[in-house]
Amino acid sequence: MSSVLELRDVHRTHGRGPTAVHALRGVTLRVRPGELVAIMGPSGSGKSTLLNLAGGLDGPSQGEVLVEGRSLDDLSLRELAAVRRRTVGYVFQDFNLLPSLTAAENVALPLELDGVSVRRARRAALGALSEVGVTDLAGRFPDEMSGGQQQRVAIARALVGERRLVLADEPTGALDSGTGEAVLRVLRERVDAGAAGLLVTHEARHAGWADRVIFLRDGVVVDSSGPLDSVDDLLEHRS
Amino acid sequence: MSIRHGLLALLERGPMHGYQLRAAFEASVGGTWALNIGQVYTTLSRLERDDFVRPRPEGEGGQRPYEITESGRAELSRWFSTPLERTDRPRDELAIKLALAMTTPGVDVTAVVQSQRTAGVRALQEYTRLKTRPSDQDDLSWRLVLDSLIFQCEAEIRWLDHCETTILRHRPGPVAPAGAPVEERERNRR
Repeated sequence: MSSVLELRDVHRTHGRGPTAVHALRGVTLRVRPGELVAIMGPSGSGKSTLLNLAGGLDGPSQGEVLVEGRSLDDLSLRELAAVRRRTVGYVFQDFNLLPSLTAAENVALPLELDGVSVRRARRAALGALSEVGVTDLAGRFPDEMSGGQQQRVAIARALVGERRLVLADEPTGALDSGTGEAVLRVLRERVDAGAAGLLVTHEARHAGWADRVIFLRDGVVVDSSGPLDSVDDLLEHRS
Repeated sequence: MSIRHGLLALLERGPMHGYQLRAAFEASVGGTWALNIGQVYTTLSRLERDDFVRPRPEGEGGQRPYEITESGRAELSRWFSTPLERTDRPRDELAIKLALAMTTPGVDVTAVVQSQRTAGVRALQEYTRLKTRPSDQDDLSWRLVLDSLIFQCEAEIRWLDHCETTILRHRPGPVAPAGAPVEERERNRR
């Protein structure tokens, strides 16, 4: 099965000369539809850099990032912006919902920015809210929702429309453990329904929801728990 | 936990014979602790010796059920009301292994830590998968047992993270040659 996200020997260096920081040093990674991959590692291990590269918010110093088989490096700025709008969705620790918009408007916004009519965008937003189990919150503003409810809305926004790659940066960091678990359950369900997910977390318990856990140290993958890419490659070549 | 108290707790529900006790035990701990039937009967005979259970007449299948006695109930109640002492638990092999890894030449302690951490996360993935199985959603006692395993695993991984940070912070500099002044050797040791 083809990957939604692929990193090929990706390096990212910030700065130059003796003060250069090697945030990532040769990371190779694939995320397929229906797969949730967690990235674990201490502060400064390169987790956030990896997520930024995966979402096209930053470019590699060396190596290649492919989203749905297309190298982000080959895209014009306009095409890259389109990939970020149409293919990639983000879930942040602090939800990042716009306070002046209702839940449905927040979820519809990325579609509207992409030129979809207000009516169609709203219909898609209600569908996405229903998929994460919060249809009844459609008319509420963020400050009328609990943290867990806001994060569900954020997941709906990340995966509304055709988007198939969700990048989650510590999505349960601001939630208590029970609510955090409910949010991960929703994320897991959306991935099981066919999305591809990359989850950055420092909590082992949350990484337990992933199919594969990658351990980063000093910009290098030091270990992984779950099927290895090399094994997947073998299977892929057999089929 | 002792099998003794587990069996007493099950008999508090009503009389049971050995095979029923084994099945009930495994159902209540969700298969995380498999008992063989020999262990069950050995434990029952010790409980009978201590007057905590007594046999009842054989049933039609030739199986002899046991019932809990008053002193068995008192023992069970004492067990439930007394917190477990940490010293009663088995020695922590992992802590001992890491302590030895620190002082054994040629052992990469951070690799030992990482392989244990990966094993812990793999176990967490497995427990989480079990927890989300639709068939297990309504079995509250099984979910609590799973949660306990998840919490223990998480605690171990947090402790491993702590070990790694501490080891990296205190990693000694290059070892001074044997002939170097003691001061230098001591300095490098720090």
